[in-house]
Amino acid sequence: MARPAKDAPVLLRLDGITKRFGALTANDSVCLDLRQGEILALLGENGAGKTTLMNILFGHYVADEGAVLVSRDGAELAQLEPGSPHAALDAGIGMVHQHFTLAENLSVLDNILLGTEKLSALKSARAPARRKLADLMTRSGLTVGLDMRVSQLSVGEKQRVEILKALYRDARVLVLDEPTAVLTPQESDTLFAILKKLAAAGLGIVFISHKLAEVMAASHRIAVLRGGAKVADLPTSQCDQRQLAELMVGHEVSETVRGAGTPGDTLFVLTGVSAGESRESIRDVNLELKSGEILGIAGVSGNGQTMLARVISGLETPFAGSMRLGDRALTHANARTMIDAGLARIPEDRHRDGIVGAMTVSENLAIEAIRKPESQRFGLLRFAAMRDKAKALIDAYDIRCQGEDSPARLLSGGNIQKIVLARTLEGEPKVVLAAQPSRGLDVGATSEVYRRLLDARARGAGVLLISEDLDELMRLSDRIAVIHRGHLSAAEPTETLDRGTLGLRMAGHTMEAAE
Amino acid sequence: MIRFEPRGPVAVSRMIGVSVTAALAALVLAAIPMLFAGLSVFDAYGLMVKGAWGSMFAFTEMLTRAAPLILTGLAAAVAFRAKLWNIGAEGQLYAGALAAVAIGTGLISGPSFVLIPAVILAGALAGGLVMLVPTLLKTRLGVDEVVTTLLLNFVILLFVQMMLEGPMQDPMGMGWPQSEPILDEAALPKLMDRMRIHWGLIIALAASLGVYFLLKRTVWGFEIRAVGENASAARHAGIPVTATFIRVGLLSGALAGLAGVGEVAGLKGYLTADLSPGFGYSGIVVAMLAGLSPIGVVFAALFIASIFVGADSMSRATGVSNYLADLIVAISLLCVLVSGLFLRFRIRLSTSSPAQETAK
Repeated sequence: MARPAKDAPVLLRLDGITKRFGALTANDSVCLDLRQGEILALLGENGAGKTTLMNILFGHYVADEGAVLVSRDGAELAQLEPGSPHAALDAGIGMVHQHFTLAENLSVLDNILLGTEKLSALKSARAPARRKLADLMTRSGLTVGLDMRVSQLSVGEKQRVEILKALYRDARVLVLDEPTAVLTPQESDTLFAILKKLAAAGLGIVFISHKLAEVMAASHRIAVLRGGAKVADLPTSQCDQRQLAELMVGHEVSETVRGAGTPGDTLFVLTGVSAGESRESIRDVNLELKSGEILGIAGVSGNGQTMLARVISGLETPFAGSMRLGDRALTHANARTMIDAGLARIPEDRHRDGIVGAMTVSENLAIEAIRKPESQRFGLLRFAAMRDKAKALIDAYDIRCQGEDSPARLLSGGNIQKIVLARTLEGEPKVVLAAQPSRGLDVGATSEVYRRLLDARARGAGVLLISEDLDELMRLSDRIAVIHRGHLSAAEPTETLDRGTLGLRMAGHTMEAAE
Repeated sequence: MIRFEPRGPVAVSRMIGVSVTAALAALVLAAIPMLFAGLSVFDAYGLMVKGAWGSMFAFTEMLTRAAPLILTGLAAAVAFRAKLWNIGAEGQLYAGALAAVAIGTGLISGPSFVLIPAVILAGALAGGLVMLVPTLLKTRLGVDEVVTTLLLNFVILLFVQMMLEGPMQDPMGMGWPQSEPILDEAALPKLMDRMRIHWGLIIALAASLGVYFLLKRTVWGFEIRAVGENASAARHAGIPVTATFIRVGLLSGALAGLAGVGEVAGLKGYLTADLSPGFGYSGIVVAMLAGLSPIGVVFAALFIASIFVGADSMSRATGVSNYLADLIVAISLLCVLVSGLFLRFRIRLSTSSPAQETAK
């Protein structure tokens, strides 16, 4: 991709930004320049300090040391008043958050104008605003119906509204926090095309990501953060994915490789299952999981994955259809019968559903088996047995904690996930439901999750993998089905699918139209 | 600028420290109205200590007052542990007392070793059943138990008044709204001659050890803690959340009912509608002050009982109203709620403003 001229003026400079939260240093003297017409990717794992840095830039946080310098209208760089989002807006910095900040019940136009008009103005100046927006839309390609209500828009459209909002305020620096997290691959491609157009028109763009492929495809320059410090700042043309992954993690990364599987008999069957009332519901879902295979379920967030996981976890009773594990019917099931039937469940929100934070690691490891003879006798807890088991699991699953009696809430996300893996997989379950198992985890913990799921497959378990990450699905799954608006497509072998086809199906195109 | 930083694990010593600090802070803050009332603060507190701990009589009176507070404190503590907000211990106490009187005034007759357990069981059962109603409404229909338990207090108190002026009125009571006296065989024995202290204290202490054991060492206790700390994770892990709530509700109500049994069968001997000076509500303060620890409840109850008994004695000596006791108890609840903040966060004061910090 054509790089902007080397002598393009610097729009924004972060000068030695340091931010500490207690003992944690979230940003460690980070320096960063952004030139006019440049797309800079800020790459790093979860917890590397990307979002903190951008929040300092936008005035949500105040840096402990260092300064943010901005050039206004081509003038010299001048310090931005810290801790004031208002000053940041004024200086032409626009931010598109990962979670949109739109009023759902207002129209697109109202949302864009919100906060830009003076209270004292008697009449809002709609006509000039419409003209300005029409002009912006034709130049950038960001087309949205201005009179649509935001609640009627798709996720991709909402994101366009957010970008338009920033442009309408004459942003010269645009910051996007994980912009593709909620998009299908096609929507992501469109977004990047628009970003390139905007950059060519003279905007400076920073986008935050932890996905290597899109960073390589869409940026001019890549800055890598690790542990709060900037460890690399390179032109994209000089990078490759492997090198970036190592920079991000700080050591060599081994790729998880799925060998050929030996699928056996059908283990777990859903027939015509419907549950839920609202948007997040499932209708007439059919699914067959064989032993020794990983069946992936792809879909854009909010298309019924959560309900499907809740039904299989025994938390929601479907109003139609049936579930069967082996010879056992599970239609009116609860969590207990699911566990007893040999179904391991890894919840998508591990902090809410996976652990009781105030209880100890040992108690959290025993919680699913608390009524089994191994944990109790005559209703009295067997502490010694529970501790011994906990120690063994802490070793086997490499759970990093200050002993089995420390509260689980003090553990990192990856170690919390290891608690969940240890207690669910240790009983050698027949079926494993893994809902978003690597969400929010760093590379090391993610590869540990992959290894455990592949191990379960190798010993003959059936694994149902629900994920929003296509790379993860294509790497692990033997077959993939797509969920869209609560309907699940038939699963097809991964070898016959590619990202494009899956992306179209995730966006709701039917099988025939996709081909 | 004030900053709040979350703390790591909370040591037991820190929890005790916070409770003690909250109690002391309440005493310091209560000194302000004392000054307005024209009292010498040190004299007043001196009189209170003497009134609660200064003689064998004072001490046993304080313990007699602590017994129902331990039980209502446990009722609140065990329910709050499961995040079941039982504000109805006052009503459950009266239900327990009413059941004890119904059984103990001649409905059945027999020797002490039959009648006393029967009276105790009846009181516990009545308290538990009263709490069962809000618990079922919560688990089945999602009705807020704070509202139902609180309002049931008034329903039950009015029901007791109706019974005392109607079917259960003492025919020999010269028209007073009070029940017949409890039979001697059904009354809880005294612990000491010529003192009012009775077996209700032993029951309360045993209950405190029992609840401690239940929460710490049993599967049911494990489930209560799990449901209280994170109900959705508990449900996901296959713990029967509804059954746990029902168990906790029955236990909490039963503990409050036992407090009522002690007051009629151990202390007063008959039931009147002013049996409890708000033991049910004070139990909430006791539980909070104890950090919901069943052992801590005993010490918190001793503190609150000392305030009540001491303030009565001080008020007789100085002529200042014993409402002061209610004031101190209320302030100590506020102090303990505020101090919860100190338990969870470390609070830092920094003198420089954010703008100065970055201008350096």
